[in-house]
Amino acid sequence: MSEAVLYDAVGPRGRRRILVGSVTGVLLVAVVLGVAVARVAARGGFDPELWRVLTQGAVQRLILRGLVATLRAALVAMVLSMLVGAVLAVGRLSRHAWVARPAGAWVELFRGLPLLLLILFLFLGLPAVGVTVSVFWALVSGLTLYNSAVIAEIFRAGILSLPRGQTEAAYAIGLRRGQTLRLILVPQAVRRMLPALISQLVTLLKDTSLGFVIGYAELLRNGRTAVEFLGGRYSIPIYTAIAVVYIAVNASLSLLARWLDRRTQRQFGGTVQPSAADEAA
Amino acid sequence: MDAVVDNLDAYRQGFVTTLELSVLASALALVLGTVLAAMRVSPVPTLRAAGAAYVELVRNTPLTLVFFFVVFVLPQVDIVLPFFVFAVLALTIYHAAFFCEAVRSGVNAVGVGQAEAARSIGLTFGQSLRLVVLPQALRTVIPPLINVVIALIKNSSIAAAFAVAELTAIGTRLANANGDAVIPILVGVAVCYLVLTLPSGWLAGRLERRVAVVR
Repeated sequence: MSEAVLYDAVGPRGRRRILVGSVTGVLLVAVVLGVAVARVAARGGFDPELWRVLTQGAVQRLILRGLVATLRAALVAMVLSMLVGAVLAVGRLSRHAWVARPAGAWVELFRGLPLLLLILFLFLGLPAVGVTVSVFWALVSGLTLYNSAVIAEIFRAGILSLPRGQTEAAYAIGLRRGQTLRLILVPQAVRRMLPALISQLVTLLKDTSLGFVIGYAELLRNGRTAVEFLGGRYSIPIYTAIAVVYIAVNASLSLLARWLDRRTQRQFGGTVQPSAADEAA
Repeated sequence: MDAVVDNLDAYRQGFVTTLELSVLASALALVLGTVLAAMRVSPVPTLRAAGAAYVELVRNTPLTLVFFFVVFVLPQVDIVLPFFVFAVLALTIYHAAFFCEAVRSGVNAVGVGQAEAARSIGLTFGQSLRLVVLPQALRTVIPPLINVVIALIKNSSIAAAFAVAELTAIGTRLANANGDAVIPILVGVAVCYLVLTLPSGWLAGRLERRVAVVR
């Protein structure tokens, strides 16, 4: 439903009221912000010297190295999650209960656990049984365990969203089950699930920040290192800069997803939409 | 196994803390999220823009970074609160955006004809939202809302890194204290989380199917 159905176009009196209300609201917010800014400024939070720290080569290099480490972990985990997710999805769609049941249980199990707990499991648990694991791989395998389960569900939803007639037609011309999946269903499903998939990849990228907890030197950890080195009063400029980097990277991925979604819907009809819950986790 | 049985009391405390964090943050985030959703469908452009900006900003920020801003930046402006309150605040700020999107998608799922009919018998925006659209939206919106709550329960584990003694923090502490029983201890923590998340997931799934039949 388009939201514009809920109300008529606003007339002159309404426009005036909205204008007055908006101005009052903006003024109120400005007052609140002003108080906050004054408080920060009173403690020297807007000292140009404080923000000039961002122009220092050392700080910039630290943030850049962090970004590279974040992207590296995210990319490896993205590729692995999609591969494992595809296997799990096919497994769960299998006609054989002895394949479908375990695959389903695996997906439900890892979707139901906090990602941080999975990472800690690998980081603390594996050394306890004599397997050494680097922080990078603890983070990447934790991300893969969790996200492959979520992505498997996205793949499955994509395939199940196709009209039954596609499968029936494929069987009617004599294709086997595997061929039907490979030649008919997957190529169509991939287009439909792209928006949900990309939004899950954005979530994965955000979740690399959990590497901070186990000491992987990613964007956030490096920011913390900089603040610990320079002193707590530098936390405002440094964390703001890091937030800007994250938002810039993620927002461009989200924009790509939205553009793909529009294009796909125009050409192929309905798509699998990302769920707010998967994005939140 | 002994390490788990011996520390049942610690587990219980962690479980209760996780539950408290989740319940408080869910309630607050649901209120904030509903307000944001109402803003995003309102006729006032300023409110629509403000709601959209909030959601876009928060959605693209990692929860850990939200925690950073709350825990490390607020004290810089003389706002010092207990870590538990900081954690509730961070979880609320982050998940409100997702509650907002879930509610909004529910509003959008109600048939166009419903809103058109409400408008044509002369109801105002507030009336048609309150009397016609929201009661119908609520039904479809409950499963996604439960799913966001599940995500919130899982995400509350991040508070462990910020000095809140919830389940994951207890698990790490016990694991470090009992080097010979790391895996049983962490499995115990995992079971505690699954006790909360799996039944909620099944509930959401069942409600979803029931709503799907009604529609």
